[in-house]
Amino acid sequence: MSYWEFLAQNAPRYLDGTLVTIAQFFLSAMLAILLALTAGLMKLSRNVAVRWTAGVYIEIFRGTSLLIQLYWIFFVLPLFGLTLDKFYAGFVAVGLNLGAYGAELVRGGIQSVPKGQWEAAYAISMSPAKRMYRIILPQALLNMLPPWGNLMIELLKATALVSLISVTDLMFEAKQINGSTFLSAQAFGTALIIYYILARLIVTPFMRWLERIMARKLGRA
Amino acid sequence: MEDMSQYPLELSGPDVPMVRFMNVTKSYGALTVLDNLNLDVSEGEMVTVIGPSGSGKTTVLRMLMTLETINGGVIYVDGQPLTHMAKNGVLVPADAKYLRRARSSIGMCFQHFNLFPHMTALQNCMEGPVQVLGLPKAEARDRSEELLSMVGMIDKKDQHPSRLSGGQQQRVAIARALAMRPKVMLFDEVTSALDPEVIGEVTGVIRKLVAEHNLTMLMVTHQMGFARDISDRVCFFYQGKIEEQGPPEGLFGNPQRERTQQFLSAVKAAD
Repeated sequence: MSYWEFLAQNAPRYLDGTLVTIAQFFLSAMLAILLALTAGLMKLSRNVAVRWTAGVYIEIFRGTSLLIQLYWIFFVLPLFGLTLDKFYAGFVAVGLNLGAYGAELVRGGIQSVPKGQWEAAYAISMSPAKRMYRIILPQALLNMLPPWGNLMIELLKATALVSLISVTDLMFEAKQINGSTFLSAQAFGTALIIYYILARLIVTPFMRWLERIMARKLGRA
Repeated sequence: MEDMSQYPLELSGPDVPMVRFMNVTKSYGALTVLDNLNLDVSEGEMVTVIGPSGSGKTTVLRMLMTLETINGGVIYVDGQPLTHMAKNGVLVPADAKYLRRARSSIGMCFQHFNLFPHMTALQNCMEGPVQVLGLPKAEARDRSEELLSMVGMIDKKDQHPSRLSGGQQQRVAIARALAMRPKVMLFDEVTSALDPEVIGEVTGVIRKLVAEHNLTMLMVTHQMGFARDISDRVCFFYQGKIEEQGPPEGLFGNPQRERTQQFLSAVKAAD
């Protein structure tokens, strides 16, 4: 059987898996961004308890393995009465994990905004909330976009782990096809190429586009 | 602890200064930057602060903008305490909310302009009036455009700061500060980061302000000729104290103190 025959035969399954992977990517990215912004801002709070809470979240999810976190959320939390469908458990675990990395990017991005910007906003009597939202964050976002591009690619690849709790994503389908055809090179090779295409032709160009848009807004383009 | 009952809750009487520093002390750990400073600035007066680096002159402005906290004494602006607020009949250090309201009567221009890079010149000027004063956009725009015309930047109102030269950015920064209608304007070495050929654009705007407006101003500068031209009074700071002060003709023409003489001759030699 040629590779093209193999591909034609299994295309529908790869397509289904790819769509699930994209959904997992999209949902976990949303969650990660939300958590990163929240925890990143909390880390800069003047209140020790708030800082500490964010610190605990970051330490736990950055300091332990994503796979174990995934198993905890899917297999262990039900023992405490919290049962999540595998699809939800999948993107929640990935989002929580990558959000912890993102939180440090947010914190660093905010701290990289020159002190003079804080002082200028202070000098026109802006409230701390408005100063953050209108002056500091827009500049911080531009500074953090390049590392966020890396993180998004990491996140896409991390979603492959959700196949281990039987979410029918691209990796799961590749394993199934391998199991039924025993054509390992073709089965996993195809998955590899699809992941690469997603990262290289969708995620990276999107992040570059975002960088250009933001740079133009800052008048730097 | 300092006895706060010696400080009045507000200044009253016929000659209330626009700004009063009363026994103000500022230190970082063991290092005393300003030592028991007493300084009054009258309404409409232009006071220039000069002195060697580390003499505490920039700290004077930063304390007045409340960018730096003070360790002793009280600062009053327009008769009201700036750094403190009344509580049960005595002054206690002001909280964030009080400070935000109190400092709105003060505007400041910085050495490095600090314009908001993601906003155009006009948006920079409108930001405070709209977001802080709550002015309608149309009114804030009118006010900002008027000020941008005054500083000669109306043609560039839709440019981002990255497209403007240092002198142009500083003029926009002056308009931004004035858009808040401050009672006191602070200029912190506003020409120090500029190329020599554009310094005149900025000093020209400040000259115009002095000539046409009754604004109280404090300025830190290294431009001695400029200070001499436009100041009502010059204060020479040395090691956290006012070593000598007076009208510019006297201080520059016939300095009394040895430190002042040394400083001025060193500056002259460097020119």
